[in-house]
Amino acid sequence: MSEYILLRHRDIPDLDRLKVYLKNGGFEAWKKVVTSMEPAELIQLAKDSGLRGRGGAGFPTGMKWSFVPNNLWPHYVVANADESEPGTFKDREIMESNPFQFLEGLMIASYAVQAQNSYAYLRGEFWQIGLKLNQKIAELEKAGFLGDNLFDTKYSLRLHVHMGAGAYICGEETALLESIEGKLGQPRLRPPFPAVAGLYASPTVINNVETLTNLPPIVQNGATWFREHGTEKSPGVKVFSLSGCVNKPGNYELPLGTPFRKLIYELGGGIPEGRAIKAIMAAGASSALISATEAALDTPMDYESVANLGASLGSASVIVLDESVSMSWLAQKTTHFFKHESCGKCTPCREGTYWMAHILDRIEDGGASAKDVDLLFTVARQMQNKCLCALGEFSTQPVVSSLEKFRSDFLARVDGQTR
Amino acid sequence: MNELLAKYPTEIKAILAKYPPEFKRSAVMPLLHLAQGDPGYITPQAMQDIAEICGISITEVGSIVGFYTLYYDKPLGRYHIQVCTDMPCALRGADKFLKELCERLGVKVGEPTADGLFVIEEVMCLAACHRAPMFQVHGDGDLVYHEHQTVDTALAVLDALRQKAAVAEEGKE
Ligand SMILES: Cc1cc2nc3c(=O)[nH]c(=O)nc-3n(C[C@H](O)[C@H](O)[C@H](O)COP(=O)(O)O)c2cc1C
Ligand code: SF4
Ligand code: FES
Repeated sequence: MSEYILLRHRDIPDLDRLKVYLKNGGFEAWKKVVTSMEPAELIQLAKDSGLRGRGGAGFPTGMKWSFVPNNLWPHYVVANADESEPGTFKDREIMESNPFQFLEGLMIASYAVQAQNSYAYLRGEFWQIGLKLNQKIAELEKAGFLGDNLFDTKYSLRLHVHMGAGAYICGEETALLESIEGKLGQPRLRPPFPAVAGLYASPTVINNVETLTNLPPIVQNGATWFREHGTEKSPGVKVFSLSGCVNKPGNYELPLGTPFRKLIYELGGGIPEGRAIKAIMAAGASSALISATEAALDTPMDYESVANLGASLGSASVIVLDESVSMSWLAQKTTHFFKHESCGKCTPCREGTYWMAHILDRIEDGGASAKDVDLLFTVARQMQNKCLCALGEFSTQPVVSSLEKFRSDFLARVDGQTR
Repeated sequence: MNELLAKYPTEIKAILAKYPPEFKRSAVMPLLHLAQGDPGYITPQAMQDIAEICGISITEVGSIVGFYTLYYDKPLGRYHIQVCTDMPCALRGADKFLKELCERLGVKVGEPTADGLFVIEEVMCLAACHRAPMFQVHGDGDLVYHEHQTVDTALAVLDALRQKAAVAEEGKE
């Protein structure tokens, strides 16, 4: 693709400076919505574009906005910039290098639901980005793009940055809201859904950074233009974070529906030292493993096609695993992540991740028997569909899928066999 | 007497202004970040001050400190050297990097260096998987990423911090 839509800073130097951003059409979309569009029109535009949430679930953005009731006020919009899924580093690049397009997107979403105060929730480790965003917001206030009675209309808007402090679970939208409210970052029971009772019990829209960054170009160029990229059901471009056993890891902005092969071999430069590819995780550590067959490599990376492989596209964090990787090692790593990040609120997840980690440690230490491998499978299966939030379910995905597809990797470690 | 409020009146006013006045509790995380900056950890006095500002109990503040990994309730190394050894980084040599770094420094993970300046810690994904090995330095109220690291470049980063700390000490005397 010749021109970037989200990673535009790769085409335009210094795009993180307001002057440069303005020269390149910046905040024209913002001015357009505030001065000439009804909120309902904007929601319809988002629906027509077919934009789906980039934070993992792929939920249609326009539809999400339309759930916000107009008889309960105030409304809030929260940008989810927690980005903590292992293998994901796309929102970081957007905020570091194209921060105004992200902020403009957050502002447009705020207008769509008539929020007057919106928040960006950044993981605490993005400290430098938080400092920078605060400066950018101050510049926008000074330039009259944020504040009271914008463009002499009745609409007023302020943005605030809220820094997390190290907790993956705060990426889960209701845990995130708890965290802003100054509580432990633990998921809420649903219903009620955030669209009705979210931040401070008010109607709230939560959108991912990349989702929001799509909005200014959609407003400027229209829904039909947006649909020129991607597939019928997964329109638009996506930033794919490529990592693991690959020569050129990094972010790649590609139309949804691009095959894995193109990302991994053509753009990513293939596998180091010419080794054979073994498996792919398409959604970071939360993924079910995809066996890297020829057919899998030719699969288009869109929500539907990846689901047909028994996996999920999630936030499109593509981790490549080659023949040198033992899947029991991999499962041990991901399980320790989820055990560490489990918020402890519900028993199946808290205890299940503990036991899975315990058994996997024993397997990796060479002190397990084949029975332990069966036990691991049983523990993981028993957790499924019993957890309060998706984290518990995520933790079982790499374990169950690696046992189903690469059981021999585990059996190779049992009965005292060490590497 | 609220020491935190006396020390950072403008900062605290700005923090409180970000949230609706009836939800002061929302300020607890930014206040913890602010309070931690100088001594490098959350003192019991700071917890009490924050509880008072937010209108919650000290126990509630304490449980928040315990929940989030970037808050420390003990002084343990002025600079937390937090190496990511999560799976994508481990696929690119992070475990080996951590082991060698500890060997060269003569410390174990979680144990501060003899001068009390550094503590090496293992952390989960920091959204820098494509630039492994990497670590972040958390201390002095700042947090900075160091990516594409080798053990030698990492030791140079620590040397620079050591010098910075020494200069700051001289300034105090
Ligand atoms: C454990 C867990 C972690 C999550 N982490 C993130 C995250 O870091 N960033 C994000 O945008 N969404 C994350 N999500 C998804 C959010 O809950 C939510 O669906 C998303 O922010 C909605 O935005 P979107 O519709 O624009 O995708 C996570 C979900 C779960 C269950
Ligand atoms: S599934 Fe895990 S992370 Fe989610 S609420 Fe339960 S304990 Fe917390
Ligand atoms: S796994 Fe280390 S930064 Fe992502």
